[in-house]
Amino acid sequence: MFAYGQAAGLRFALLIFFSLALMAVDHRMHYLDNVRAGISIVVYPIQYLVSFPSSATSWLGENLESREELLEDNEKLHSQNAFLQAQMQKYVSLEIENMRLRRLLDASERLTDRVLTAELMAVDLDPFSHKVLVNKGLRHEVYKGQPILDAAGVYGQVVQVNPIVSSVMLLTDPGHALPVQVNRNGLRTIAGGTGSTSELNLLHVPNNADIKVGDTLVTSGLGGVFPSGYPVATVIVVEPDPSQPFAVVKATPQADLESSREVLLVWKEISEQEKALANTKKENRK
Amino acid sequence: MAEIKKQGAKVIYATLIIALFFTVFPLPEWLRPFRPEWVTLTIIYWCLALPSRVNIGIAWIMGLTVDVLTGTLLGQHALAMAIVAFFTVRLHKQIRVYPLWQQSLSVFTLVALGQLLVVWIRGIAGDSPDSWLYWGPSITSALIWPVVFLFLRDIRRKFRVS
Repeated sequence: MFAYGQAAGLRFALLIFFSLALMAVDHRMHYLDNVRAGISIVVYPIQYLVSFPSSATSWLGENLESREELLEDNEKLHSQNAFLQAQMQKYVSLEIENMRLRRLLDASERLTDRVLTAELMAVDLDPFSHKVLVNKGLRHEVYKGQPILDAAGVYGQVVQVNPIVSSVMLLTDPGHALPVQVNRNGLRTIAGGTGSTSELNLLHVPNNADIKVGDTLVTSGLGGVFPSGYPVATVIVVEPDPSQPFAVVKATPQADLESSREVLLVWKEISEQEKALANTKKENRK
Repeated sequence: MAEIKKQGAKVIYATLIIALFFTVFPLPEWLRPFRPEWVTLTIIYWCLALPSRVNIGIAWIMGLTVDVLTGTLLGQHALAMAIVAFFTVRLHKQIRVYPLWQQSLSVFTLVALGQLLVVWIRGIAGDSPDSWLYWGPSITSALIWPVVFLFLRDIRRKFRVS
């Protein structure tokens, strides 16, 4: 009706202004998280429907498996479980020893982190950023910036939390950087995403740094987002370049970014001592 | 104006929802950059067919929905789609009478315009895509336009959307 008139022009101008305002606010501040959460409930049925075929086929696959296959699976899991438990025994005693030593040193005790399994939804997001949707949200106390792991290593972190689902940025997204250290000698560096799911760039590694192909990188916990000590990647390329201030070092993520279907959400548990420490620091600042 | 009965709003919304569905439908990794911009195509069709009913307002709301659905900056697709709809409505009398292949060219220009706006915004927000494949959707959208057009026209005639 107003397709050509002044009213249309005015409305157009208003919409443009409104979009620009939205983008500015969404980029800089967090006021719009609720708006996004609201709309996300409206679009959730679409996301659910889209991922339904893949979840349905996996459900069918699980339910139509033959008895023999199940028995075989069960046996395999049993032996794996026994193996892991044996390893765990060693780990438990080590953990107790570690705690005792830390107490001796007056350092804060590390607690075990709380985890929850989440499933990836088969929904394609923007093809030029590495993001996926998982089926846990505000309802499950997921928070922005929460670390995500899979069975083999660090997977990424939560970037948007909606009531039912949340989106996760993989650690290979070009906009992602993760403080890591070399497990062998504690050399600290930063692993930046490259946009390829099999490659991370290690930033600012000096040419003479002690880093070798095959080194395991673990989270250093310095960024304050990831708990320390989780495996991240394996170094695959080390090329010192004397003409440049830093060496070219590449690593490949240990997490199975392309085919993991289940991931772990991690809650960092802060021990009482650390809390007290943080409080005194705050007070000192005042 | 009052005599013209508005009917088939549900049909219009149904086609838009199906377009949203295809926007996030999982594709193999190598095919993902070539996903046509289904929502933009559907908006363009309805803007050509019924510019008095579907225009920048609905385009803007659909864009916002796409932003939430695909997790992009809130407002970037909204802006792009509103502008695409604006130009489509402005030019609908010309584009309507073009033969299909020429319409495809217009669609290419319109979708590319929308993508240009999005890449601009992403550049400003510091998240610019680094591959020429980014422009894939413009090409596939133009290629698939005749199919979309004929399909939606059939639907429009069958349900007498006016």
